[in-house]
Amino acid sequence: MKVVNDFSWMIGGPQGTGVDSSANLFAQACATAGLWVFGKREYHSNIKGKHSYFQVRVFDKPVHSHVDDVHLLATFEDSTARLHAHEVVKGGALIYDPTKITLDDLNLKSGIVTLPIDFNTVLRHVAEVTGEDYGKLAIMKNVIAVAASMALLRMDISHMEETLSRLFTGKKAKLVPTNMAAVKKAYEAVSGLSKETHDQFHYYLEPNKSTPKRLLINGASSTAMGKLKAGCRYQSYYPISPATDESNFFESHPEYGIAVVQCEDEIAAIDMALGAATTGVRASTATSGPGYCLMAEGLGWGGMNEVPIVLFDYQRGGPSTGLPTRQEQGDLMFSVFSGHGEYPRLVMAPADIDDHFHTAFESFNYADQFQTPVTILNDKFLTHSIQTIPPFKESGLVINRGRLATQEELEAAIAEGKGFPRFRPDPKTNMSPRPYPGQEGSPYWMTGDEHDDYGHITENPETRMKMHEKRMKKYSLMLEQIPLDKQFKLVGDANADITLICWGSTYGVLIDAVEPLKAKGIKINILNYRMLHPFPIATEAILKKAKKLVVVESNLGTQLGHLIRMGTGIFISTQILKYTGRPMSLNEIVASVEKIHKKEVKPEVDPLTGTSIEKVVLTYGL
Amino acid sequence: MASKLQTPLTVAAYKSDVHNDWCPGCGDFGILQAVQQSFAELGLPPWESMVFAGIGCSGKVFNYMATHGVHTLHGRVLPFAVGAKLANPNLEIVAVGGDGDGYGIGAGHFVHAGRRNVDMAYIVMTNEVYGLTKGQASPTLGRGQQTKSLPLPNTNDAIQPLALALSSGYTWIGRSYAFDGKHLKEMIKKAMQHKGMALLDVLQPCPTFNDLHTTEWFNKKVKGAGENEMVPRVFNINEQGYNGSVQDPTNLDEVNTKRTKAFEMANFRGERIPVGVFYEIKLPTYDERMQAQVPMLKQYAPATMPYQDASHLPTTDLSKVYEEYMF
Repeated sequence: MKVVNDFSWMIGGPQGTGVDSSANLFAQACATAGLWVFGKREYHSNIKGKHSYFQVRVFDKPVHSHVDDVHLLATFEDSTARLHAHEVVKGGALIYDPTKITLDDLNLKSGIVTLPIDFNTVLRHVAEVTGEDYGKLAIMKNVIAVAASMALLRMDISHMEETLSRLFTGKKAKLVPTNMAAVKKAYEAVSGLSKETHDQFHYYLEPNKSTPKRLLINGASSTAMGKLKAGCRYQSYYPISPATDESNFFESHPEYGIAVVQCEDEIAAIDMALGAATTGVRASTATSGPGYCLMAEGLGWGGMNEVPIVLFDYQRGGPSTGLPTRQEQGDLMFSVFSGHGEYPRLVMAPADIDDHFHTAFESFNYADQFQTPVTILNDKFLTHSIQTIPPFKESGLVINRGRLATQEELEAAIAEGKGFPRFRPDPKTNMSPRPYPGQEGSPYWMTGDEHDDYGHITENPETRMKMHEKRMKKYSLMLEQIPLDKQFKLVGDANADITLICWGSTYGVLIDAVEPLKAKGIKINILNYRMLHPFPIATEAILKKAKKLVVVESNLGTQLGHLIRMGTGIFISTQILKYTGRPMSLNEIVASVEKIHKKEVKPEVDPLTGTSIEKVVLTYGL
Repeated sequence: MASKLQTPLTVAAYKSDVHNDWCPGCGDFGILQAVQQSFAELGLPPWESMVFAGIGCSGKVFNYMATHGVHTLHGRVLPFAVGAKLANPNLEIVAVGGDGDGYGIGAGHFVHAGRRNVDMAYIVMTNEVYGLTKGQASPTLGRGQQTKSLPLPNTNDAIQPLALALSSGYTWIGRSYAFDGKHLKEMIKKAMQHKGMALLDVLQPCPTFNDLHTTEWFNKKVKGAGENEMVPRVFNINEQGYNGSVQDPTNLDEVNTKRTKAFEMANFRGERIPVGVFYEIKLPTYDERMQAQVPMLKQYAPATMPYQDASHLPTTDLSKVYEEYMF
């Protein structure tokens, strides 16, 4: 049996031993060979020692999800083999260290090729032939595991050399021959297998030279690039997983001129960004749930003072410290309702890693166009997942700074001598002209108190009504002015049996499920909410027309489901949920949709509403 | 730094036409007037100036200035002001707030603003009470003291703001008194002109809620060193030979000696109240530190950096960074 370019690889080990870099190396080697990859990273809130693992799925076309099956498990110590051996499928393979564990201790299925590698002996050999210090080579165990995997997959050793040469350049270039010495030993170990044994490993990778160049990138970097493109030049943040990667990206690329300030807390982070935004710079902050909570008051100030500001929330398991390094779509309700009083805010979530770039870019335009805070809901899953994607489409990107003060308005303000009427709404557009400090005639006042056209504090009931109505009207403007294809997308069969409804990072796995479900005779389509607040009311017709609605979310409370009910009155009683802190796999989605289609899901009482629902709760993954 | 007007404006040009609703006799009046005079005398264009204020009676300063005025959140005046200054160092930024705002709810920001040494002045109006919430104890009221709204005497010890500022890294630290207009104005100007983070703590009476430390109390003469000698309660240390200005910041001996002296002076407690410049040192500002790491900031402020062309197409070229990720 021969399965070509449809492959799932896993490597694991204690944190701090290079699991992450080895997975990147493997993914890069596959990408270099023109294959498409999707890699998912799982790790503990810990620096050294706890179990982490990385799964890389390799495919012959773009891929957005992981599968539960492991076709090749690469290990170099005992814990990963113990924890994951049972996931290796028949026809798959296990790389293990016979000095650390015996196969009898593992719950392995039959028909699995096992490749023993005595990693320390290999490293001693490398030390001998290269003259390197043996004690410093331990990190290279990963490279050996990757190389052995590539050899098992019948990939030429040149892919390893090409990838390592790209990885280690400049002062580090001398690491290439050292690593290649280890790689050669790994390839030798595989060539030591009999042909008959190697043939029992059914998975093959075949390079595709005709694949165009692609980015191999995670959600954090994709977001950061979108922000740079949009002209974001000020970022304040407080360290928090998994949001910090975005700020680190900026700090690692000072050539773009973005001022990055690490603050004393998240309160300072949002308030500094607001202060910066008052000067006209496109300003932003990035945080995660606990930090987002601290920012609630600042966002309200931004709403009251009509300050364009963008907050990127990298969701993780909550509440409280929760699951700091695991996935959850738990902050949707908070993003919609956070803060006291009423103010307009826009909430959006990117559908996939490419969309992280575009959502980030657009968010600054919307913040300026509607002069109010925008929240982008990313989450840990795609933040740290890597994917090969076509280069970002830059054509069509246009900067929109919204309603700025004109020269005539500034001159009129000078003549009038009362300050600039910053908050006086344009009767046609409802938006108010915004001057920048530094422009003559610009002075105006900002206050969290209710205020008049100039920003002077007032408690006059009529002015209060006028100003409050003006601000809240931005909601209907957002619904009118944000193009529908930016608000949501409907993908798949127009006449589907089942419409899967999602937001954010669960989109990818649903897209990948279309074909396998079609093969099973189930036609699905996917309604992805990209704009979450205000509620895209245009989706109501789609919801009403659908034959069967299923809401898919990585949370327990079906937060989007409740927003849909608020927006349309439609209660979606069939749900696919996961709240283990691990993202949904393709196997899980296919199996649960099939179960729903066959009407095998028993009704139960919804713990939140007390009404009858059909719910599939997903649990797979360590 | 903001530009300097060739023809200075009058003080009136810095006054907004908003009705002032502070209580009669409030120390805030003295501070507001001195701030307005300082802006006028320094020739600052109002449109290049931003006055950030905290929340409380003192916070209303923002509305009485005819510069840009920003009324922030309770305790958060420094992060807002720092954000603006870093985004556009060409603006003149002054932060103003009360002692409850800055040393209480905003104490965390107070400390970290010192570490950054952003080029701006922070004026704290210290009256020992939370005025706008009707007279609760602020962090500068001493233990056992009972101002008129307190049902029971204060159970907390007072902090020493100047000593805290010194520990936090403020590079200009001074104190003045709200009703010594001449000294106050000079001190505000010095704080604004200092290149770095300046703290000016201004003592002031709250005629409505602080019945212990009233204008009369501040003006009262107290016993001096000599027999039967009566001296003013508030005295200027700089006029009595105290010099807290570090001449050579690379001379650690000088720095340590002056810091020690300043710390001692900042903790001075007694019948008399020292005012003046307690400490001053020239160190790289946060701007300069950022410019060293992000060279483009030498050429442009974040707020003025180009990122779009005339037809609003983004001009940021990402091709180099794409290369890192391209396979």
